[in-house]
Amino acid sequence: MEFNDKNQGPVEGGLESVRGKLTGKSGRSYWRSLDELADTPQFNEWLEDEFPNRSTLMQINRRDLLKFMGASMALAGLTGCRGVFLPQDKVVPYVKAPEELVPGKALFYATAVNLGAYATGVLVEQREGRPIFIQGNPDHPASLGALDSISQAEILNFYDPDRTNNIVQQSNPGQYALGDISTWELFEEAIGKALAVEAPTGGAGLRILTGSISSPTLANAIKAFLKKYPNAIWHAYEPTGRGNAYAGAKLAFGKPLETIYDFSQAKVVVSLDGDFLSSAANPGSLRYARDFANGRRVTGASGSMNRLYSFESTPGLVGSIADHRWAVKPSDIYGLAMALAAALGVAGATPDGKVDQKAIEAIAKDLQSVPGGAVVVTGDQHSPEVHAVVHAINEKLGAFGKTVIHTDPIDATVSPTVSDLKALVDDLNTGKAQTVLIFGGNPVYDAPADFKFADALSKAKFRARFGLYDDETAQACDWLVPVTHSLEEWGDGRAYDGTLSVIQPLIAPLYQGKSLIEIFSLLSGKPATGYEIVKGFWKTSGFLKGDFEKEWRTVVHDGLLKGSAATPVTPVLSLQIGSLTGPRPVSGLEVIFATDPSIYDGRFSNNGWLQELPKPLSKLTWENVAMISPKTATSLGIEDAGIVELTCNGVTVRTAAFVQPGHPADAVTVYLGFGRTRGGVVCTVPNGEGRPGDGDTRSPGGFFNPTSSFDGGGFNAYLFRTSSAPHFASGQLKATGGVTTVATTQGHSPIDGDHIKQFSWDDREVVVEYDLEDFNKNAAKYVEERKAKYQEDRDQNLYPDDIFVYNGPQWAMTIDLNTCIGCNACVTACQGENNIPVVGKVQVARHREMHWIRIDRYYSGDTENPQVAWQPVACVHCEKAPCEPVCPVAATVHSHEGLNQMVYNRCVGTRYCSNNCPYKVRRFNYLNYTDNQRQFDVRVDDKPRIPLLRMLNNPDVTVRGRGIMEKCTYCIQRINEARIESKKAARDIRDGDIVTACQQACPTQTIVFGNKEDKESQVAKLRDDPRAYLLMEILQTRPRTSHLAKLRNPNKEITPVTPTETNS
Amino acid sequence: MPLPPLNDRMITGEQNYATIDQSISTMITDQKRHTRPWWIMFVIGIMGTGMLGCAITWLLYQGVGIWGNNIPTAWAFDIVNFVWWIGIGHAGTLISAILLLLQQPWRNSINRFSEAMTIFAVMCAGMFPLLHTGRPWVAIYWLFPYTNIMALWPQFRSPLMWDVFAVSTYFTVSLLFWYLGLVPDFATLRDQSKNRFAKVLLAIVCLGWRGSNRHWHRYEQGYLILAGLSTPLVLSVHSIVSFDFASSIVPGWNVTVFPPYFVAGAVFAGFAMVLTFAIPIRKIYKLEHLITNRHIDWMAKIILATGLIVAYGYMLEMFYAWFSGNPYEWDMTYLRRITGPYSWAYVSLIICNVIAPQAFWIPWCRRKLWVVMVVCQFVSVGMWLERFVIIPMSLTANYLPSANRMYYPTVWDFAMFGGTIGFFIMLMFLFIRFMPVINIFEVKDLLYKMLGNKDTQVAEAPVEMPEPALGRSV
Repeated sequence: MEFNDKNQGPVEGGLESVRGKLTGKSGRSYWRSLDELADTPQFNEWLEDEFPNRSTLMQINRRDLLKFMGASMALAGLTGCRGVFLPQDKVVPYVKAPEELVPGKALFYATAVNLGAYATGVLVEQREGRPIFIQGNPDHPASLGALDSISQAEILNFYDPDRTNNIVQQSNPGQYALGDISTWELFEEAIGKALAVEAPTGGAGLRILTGSISSPTLANAIKAFLKKYPNAIWHAYEPTGRGNAYAGAKLAFGKPLETIYDFSQAKVVVSLDGDFLSSAANPGSLRYARDFANGRRVTGASGSMNRLYSFESTPGLVGSIADHRWAVKPSDIYGLAMALAAALGVAGATPDGKVDQKAIEAIAKDLQSVPGGAVVVTGDQHSPEVHAVVHAINEKLGAFGKTVIHTDPIDATVSPTVSDLKALVDDLNTGKAQTVLIFGGNPVYDAPADFKFADALSKAKFRARFGLYDDETAQACDWLVPVTHSLEEWGDGRAYDGTLSVIQPLIAPLYQGKSLIEIFSLLSGKPATGYEIVKGFWKTSGFLKGDFEKEWRTVVHDGLLKGSAATPVTPVLSLQIGSLTGPRPVSGLEVIFATDPSIYDGRFSNNGWLQELPKPLSKLTWENVAMISPKTATSLGIEDAGIVELTCNGVTVRTAAFVQPGHPADAVTVYLGFGRTRGGVVCTVPNGEGRPGDGDTRSPGGFFNPTSSFDGGGFNAYLFRTSSAPHFASGQLKATGGVTTVATTQGHSPIDGDHIKQFSWDDREVVVEYDLEDFNKNAAKYVEERKAKYQEDRDQNLYPDDIFVYNGPQWAMTIDLNTCIGCNACVTACQGENNIPVVGKVQVARHREMHWIRIDRYYSGDTENPQVAWQPVACVHCEKAPCEPVCPVAATVHSHEGLNQMVYNRCVGTRYCSNNCPYKVRRFNYLNYTDNQRQFDVRVDDKPRIPLLRMLNNPDVTVRGRGIMEKCTYCIQRINEARIESKKAARDIRDGDIVTACQQACPTQTIVFGNKEDKESQVAKLRDDPRAYLLMEILQTRPRTSHLAKLRNPNKEITPVTPTETNS
Repeated sequence: MPLPPLNDRMITGEQNYATIDQSISTMITDQKRHTRPWWIMFVIGIMGTGMLGCAITWLLYQGVGIWGNNIPTAWAFDIVNFVWWIGIGHAGTLISAILLLLQQPWRNSINRFSEAMTIFAVMCAGMFPLLHTGRPWVAIYWLFPYTNIMALWPQFRSPLMWDVFAVSTYFTVSLLFWYLGLVPDFATLRDQSKNRFAKVLLAIVCLGWRGSNRHWHRYEQGYLILAGLSTPLVLSVHSIVSFDFASSIVPGWNVTVFPPYFVAGAVFAGFAMVLTFAIPIRKIYKLEHLITNRHIDWMAKIILATGLIVAYGYMLEMFYAWFSGNPYEWDMTYLRRITGPYSWAYVSLIICNVIAPQAFWIPWCRRKLWVVMVVCQFVSVGMWLERFVIIPMSLTANYLPSANRMYYPTVWDFAMFGGTIGFFIMLMFLFIRFMPVINIFEVKDLLYKMLGNKDTQVAEAPVEMPEPALGRSV
């Protein structure tokens, strides 16, 4: 019989016929059951029937039918309710209230955050179990209550939706070739096999790579692991770490030592391109800034100040506040150090002919005039030779033990047992390294270009990467294992001076991560929880004397072990200064590789707060550029924001030029850390150089701009950087024609051409500066003059003086321009405290950044080496606020305590208030910035970004929607909290009860807030200080924020030299 | 070169009441008079309106951020366009109210048309203050003093609040004035209309007008009262709009000469726009005997006169910036406007508003229609630039140099502006097709007066109006 035709009808012959059906068919055809294969009518009927297992519909009687229908309707109705008008979330009340938890009240826990291994003690604010804000720990020596932007922004890193949340097996590409989501069990099995291969040889092919580590527990855990595999090698790599500083100490003293400064005693400071005030450049910066600022703080009509000389390449914080500054190329720093050493009489030092000898001699004289109060500082990026010469200078100055203190290295990787990255690359290339475990760091992205790390790594048999992000290195590994963020793990660390801190978790891990400590214990075969390991190690370490439990609790509570700073050692200088060799000469243009002041070496590049933080001086956001001096721009024919091609080390990159006053000539600075290709949606903002997507057309408002193509989002400067020239190299720069837009928040548009002009031809008081010597003599006269100057305006004023009834405390703020270093800590603190959204590069380029406080930067003098004045400006809370009468709906009103209040609910967004604000401190939500964080996302993904980021919001501060004006409130939520507390205690609010977020974060205590009616308060005294002035007093707005004039303390023997004289 | 003829009379050709009815009302009753030019303009208008719809929809969906506004330049195209459109409306009110009170009979042929322009211009203008707010859905009623349980009132100290009252009053009075003037004409159209539907509709809108003595009496009284009400509005509306700027502390805005200078500028721009529409329409619809060269000549002279006032305003701005010794004002008016990055705008403004209208000193230019058209375009552009120079430019740099920023518009700024122009064109051409463009009964009245108050003569046969005299100016 023929069975080929399916439609022939009933099949006869049972299985035989079925078998027959299969014959004569080519290819593979799938079937589920024999019935289907036989294609029987019963099967077809069963297939087509909607309810195959009931007898017939007719068998159901009327009553049953109604019952079924009724039940179905009811059930359908109920299920329909969920998610429609009933919340789908489960809300479970506390069965037992956690101790100390009062809903609506913040709890603070002491812990520590790491930056380049060095721990800074912090207090983390926690609301109903959510950490929401990081502030400095006042008891911690590295913080003293202040905190830098990068450490504050750790809270955003913690909630970053891009953090890797699963174990991923990259070697098994999944649907999107992104790797397969795996489990800890499978990973343990895989790594168990890999380690088993290594075990017989004692781990001869096993390599681990870490960053710098200051944690004693982690170092111990690694050593325990290495004990199990004695032939395994531990490598450490930090792209911008302190390696040179240790090597320099080794040159000078024969062994690596930690160099710590004590600026509290410093009277004369010379910085040889060492930005000791920037957290991205020095781990002790917060403490240094505090001590240094204390040495400059002048109250009353006279005072004394320390003096700072700065030789600087890339303009930074130290140069901005220096009394004398020279713009020099980094290759000249060695010669300068030698010249200074020679001038001071250091044996063997030969003066360099290129420097301005007169200035050097004057500096030397000044240094020698303050025995024990002089210090010379250099930057970690400089070569060991520079560090060695500086050690010799400091020794000669008698600074050791006074302003310069040496201890044993804090970094646990500075010891002979830890090898460097070069050795790992060699072993990988020779096949010696077979199993590579990478902890932290991102070497595929940031290793020196000549190492070709990715190629070398691909030669290993087993590669596992333990990290927070699915980044470039993770992509090159077989396994990506999530680690915990420091807010969700137990750990410990050492501060810049060696002070021990315990890191305690604020919340259970959000994802599947484990801490490095736990991972090492797992690899060593002794899995334990982080708490057990840390506490166990502390118990055996002998850090704590006396009753361990009691002491341990004290340490966890305090966030640090008091008095645990490293013991100073007295080093003996064994340097033969004559035997040192200078830096390799650089021909032509010098390319400087600098750590980014906001995103560090690139590890924070997925952090929107930091990306949008205007970098000091350049006020750039979201990208790196080729930064050059005005003179170089002219000589190379490059215009500001013009598109240029930068070639270095055989690599060419197209980017925007940025003309930076004060930059040394014939040099170009590129910041490291940008141009990431993987690691989150924020850091992979596309540029015009073939990276994925085009985010700009996605953002409304970015469609049309006559001057912009919005190219860029930064480029990877690590591509230029080789192991032989990690700090500077020679390169070429040429204009390709065309101009782009750089997203900078100040300057850099044609309208700013005559800033300086605005100051020189009239006497409007924007920034007030005095020479210290002059001020000490004439302070009283200046006060009188200012009073007289505005008296006439006051007398002629037609309007009544008192337009409001004031009662209660009167809030006021003072900002001391003399101590402001422009570090941006206040900006990030304000952003975190007040739920300020990130708006993205396109919006910043449109001048719609939302920061409530901005640090205005004014240059004065020569464009090649200008003096800088910082001026933080937030809403100054005018008593006669121009914004108030123009609002048609009374959305901005005055309080009886003198606050200029913004009523968000009432605001309709006419923006008239902003137009009429002479300080331009109001910020408008042009788009739905808060809820639409895709403004700066360029890749559509399915992750729950918004809900996670919402957890970060401060519940005490209204989240603003689209179309609303907002501005600084003097942290009114903190005022109200203090008010409630004082009422509970039946007393007035005391001075110091209210600390605004910006004030709290400020490392130099530049910002003071309080009640000006309380004549004993600090703010009232500072308002009456001879240096106090009101911004734009001529307008009679009567600001509640007063600024204190800047003082400069120049050495009268020195006339500032132009870079030409320095370099020729 | 001989001067082109200047019609001595405000009505020319062979005319009687029937011919006047014929030339105006057949634009409505005989739709065949609307040929290709009407369709071209209408399609342009409707496309512009569609663009406006898209721009508004996107604006409401995304927010004001689709425009180029920023901090410090929080007002830009939005308010520029608002002030520009409000200004354009002023010619209509001036023609209908002030010229009526001054008994200038030449207004009769152009008043209807300019009043319609006023209303449409105010409609275009009114969109901007509402849509430029961050939250229009609440701004639309929070600005009105309605009673609410929170006892919250708008802030009467704010010039924006005054604006709300000024503009809404202006719109209301203009609309009533326009409608009242239309009533007798609607009755004429009702009588002539052959279409049943049109007849009923016109009968309703003419409010049962029968032309009785009592009707005319009431009408004249009402019209005069509304004219009296409108007259101060001509001066007040733009004065109040100028208070938005003059009462602020922004250098470049805080200028006491603003109110009169804004009003003069408004009349200047308004007449330019009237001519821009009148010249082609009288040509297409053969209305040259009703809107004569005499009318155009007079309007050109008004443009010249108001243009000189505006030029005087520019001089005063500059003078007081210097004379006051206020460095911020001087910085804005001199450094920014003449030497700054927006100097192109200021220079173009001077060319358009000060230099171009000087052509109207020469009679030949006033009579050559293409010259008049070109100058009017200059004036329209110039008046827009004037507001651009005042509004966003002053905001880009004021007190603290650190806050100085440039302003660049986006495509949506242009879409909104172009969209309102399209909307205006659409409304104007709908008006031309469906409403009497020229006031029929007033022109008849004028004809009656011109023929020496002899009604019988006019009624019987068309009368040849006196020939135009060459070169005579009165």
